[in-house]
Amino acid sequence: MDLLQNLATGLAAALTLQNLIYCFVGCFLGTLIGVLPGLGPVATIAMLLPATYTLAPTPALIMLAGIYYGSQYGGSTTAILINIPGESSSVVTAIDGYQMARRGRAGVALFTAGIGSFIAGCIGVLILASFAVPLAEVAFEFGPTEYASLMILGLVGATVLSSGSLLKAIGMVVIGLLLGLVGTDVNGAPRYSFDIDELSDGIGFVAVAMGVFGVAEIIRNLEKEETRETFLGKVTNMWPTREDTRRMVPAILRGTAVGAFFGVLPGAGAAIASFSSYAMEKKISKYPDEFGHGAIEGVAGPESANNAATQTAFIPLLTLGIPTSATMAMMLGAMTIHDIQPGPQVMVTDPALFWGLIVSMWLGNLILIILNLPLIGIWVKLLMVPYRVLYPAILVFCAIGVYTVSTSDFDIYLVCLFGVVGYLFSKLKCELAPLLLGLILGPLMEENFRRALLLSDGNFSVFLTRPISLVLLVITGIFLLSILVPEFRKKREKAFVEV
Amino acid sequence: MKIRNQTDFASGLLYIIVGTCAAYIASGYTMGTPGNMGTGFFPFWLGVFLVAIGVVICALSVLSGAAKEKMSSWNWKSLLWVAVSLLAFALLFEAAGMVLSIFALVFISSLASSEFRWKGAIANACVLNVICYAAFVRLLNIPLRVWPGLWF
Repeated sequence: MDLLQNLATGLAAALTLQNLIYCFVGCFLGTLIGVLPGLGPVATIAMLLPATYTLAPTPALIMLAGIYYGSQYGGSTTAILINIPGESSSVVTAIDGYQMARRGRAGVALFTAGIGSFIAGCIGVLILASFAVPLAEVAFEFGPTEYASLMILGLVGATVLSSGSLLKAIGMVVIGLLLGLVGTDVNGAPRYSFDIDELSDGIGFVAVAMGVFGVAEIIRNLEKEETRETFLGKVTNMWPTREDTRRMVPAILRGTAVGAFFGVLPGAGAAIASFSSYAMEKKISKYPDEFGHGAIEGVAGPESANNAATQTAFIPLLTLGIPTSATMAMMLGAMTIHDIQPGPQVMVTDPALFWGLIVSMWLGNLILIILNLPLIGIWVKLLMVPYRVLYPAILVFCAIGVYTVSTSDFDIYLVCLFGVVGYLFSKLKCELAPLLLGLILGPLMEENFRRALLLSDGNFSVFLTRPISLVLLVITGIFLLSILVPEFRKKREKAFVEV
Repeated sequence: MKIRNQTDFASGLLYIIVGTCAAYIASGYTMGTPGNMGTGFFPFWLGVFLVAIGVVICALSVLSGAAKEKMSSWNWKSLLWVAVSLLAFALLFEAAGMVLSIFALVFISSLASSEFRWKGAIANACVLNVICYAAFVRLLNIPLRVWPGLWF
């Protein structure tokens, strides 16, 4: 069977000693940084990206995937131990996970999160692997027209399914697209570069991501008085009881199904997935009263859901080359740095890299669960480091890290500038994820638009007369109209209020 | 006219300003036609679109049905020290090297916290120097100026 053969190719690539080590290092560093409060996956990837520069593409991507999973897992760890979710998708984990921790069951909660993520990851990888080939075949039919429409769909979908005001989010996408155009256009003419040499290559996405997701977040955190109630007890018993196992296994499977579905959708897939899973578990549970007081399903379901979603979110990125969230946009940017343009062609030109990456995601999940059993003590210690010590360290790593990207101090100024800009936008309640998505997609989108219209002699109707493009735009329209339906709107608002 | 939703109004205003600047600057580049886009074509229309969104947001924020929302206050102190610390780092890094710039960054940024202590900041800067030297210089082999006149 093709699928098995492909996975075997991947296994052969991922299982070399060197790649295994990088996968391990990625998971370790990702968890380490992800555990730090207020640093979500986007900032974590931005901070650790320099560590992969010197590597060949395959180990670099494997390490990045490890960083990504590690930071996700780190987010759940903080959610459970100190009630501070590292990112939006582990918000619901904090509800019951933290309660479990307060009852001395932190170990079980962490184990449940780990094993749930692992099972969901395994299933997610299989889904990813089986959908990749047929979807890539569709993608080969795509011309610039289809890609332009697809990007519109991706960007609009990301705003519709995100929290907050739709108009403001679309505005942020546009600002992101504009920032992405800074530099030099395809014909080599300077644009928005104001005769500054450093700007002629464009604004580095690493600097922007560090600024708006790292520095701005630090300033926001400093606003709040430090009232972290840290779970100081020892994490002792990690093994679930027979009763725990009986209750968590079905929750994990349900969570996986929910997550796999939501992950493919553009936008805050993982966050919506974990929320939906939590709501579902609560609804069908035989013990609804326990929810909010340490129900194990409340950890197992959402954690599986967000991991399955992060897995299937790679489907559009790897097969179509379209990121659907800020984190995926970071992965896209990271791949571009290593001279890989994600899309259907990667599978053909470099099958070892493509399948190796997919298999390494599964290995990453396995490593994470092994890693976290003995290392949980270190994470707990790290959580006890006061914030006044942590944030200068984060700033130092960001500053040196971004310098190594371009060996120019200009990027450090950019980090500073975008830190301030990010803080301003957060005060205006404008979301930053769409900005990053726009920034990374900007040049790509212009190029596809330009080529589509060049082929049609400037006739805009080409977007509606080509069938695939029409379908994509109709879906975009449905997305936009859905926001007007009161029922959906209420659900969307409720989802984010409750979370 | 009363502005009911201040945050929305301010963001709408910001979009209008950014969009206008973007479109104005873009109009100075070659525009071309849709069939043969010039440098300014795509950014110009993006700017116009952004202005349109800004206008709608502003309009909605003054309607009587808009939710009331005040601008939340700014934490100027933290913003200032964090920004200054990064500027200082950027200024010092290539000229004076990693060690001194880390000290500057850690000291200045620590002032942003209400729990600033001299000893704590010194210890923190020392530890970070050791970590950064080990990670960036030794492990990753990145050529950095460590001390004035001293490259690794």
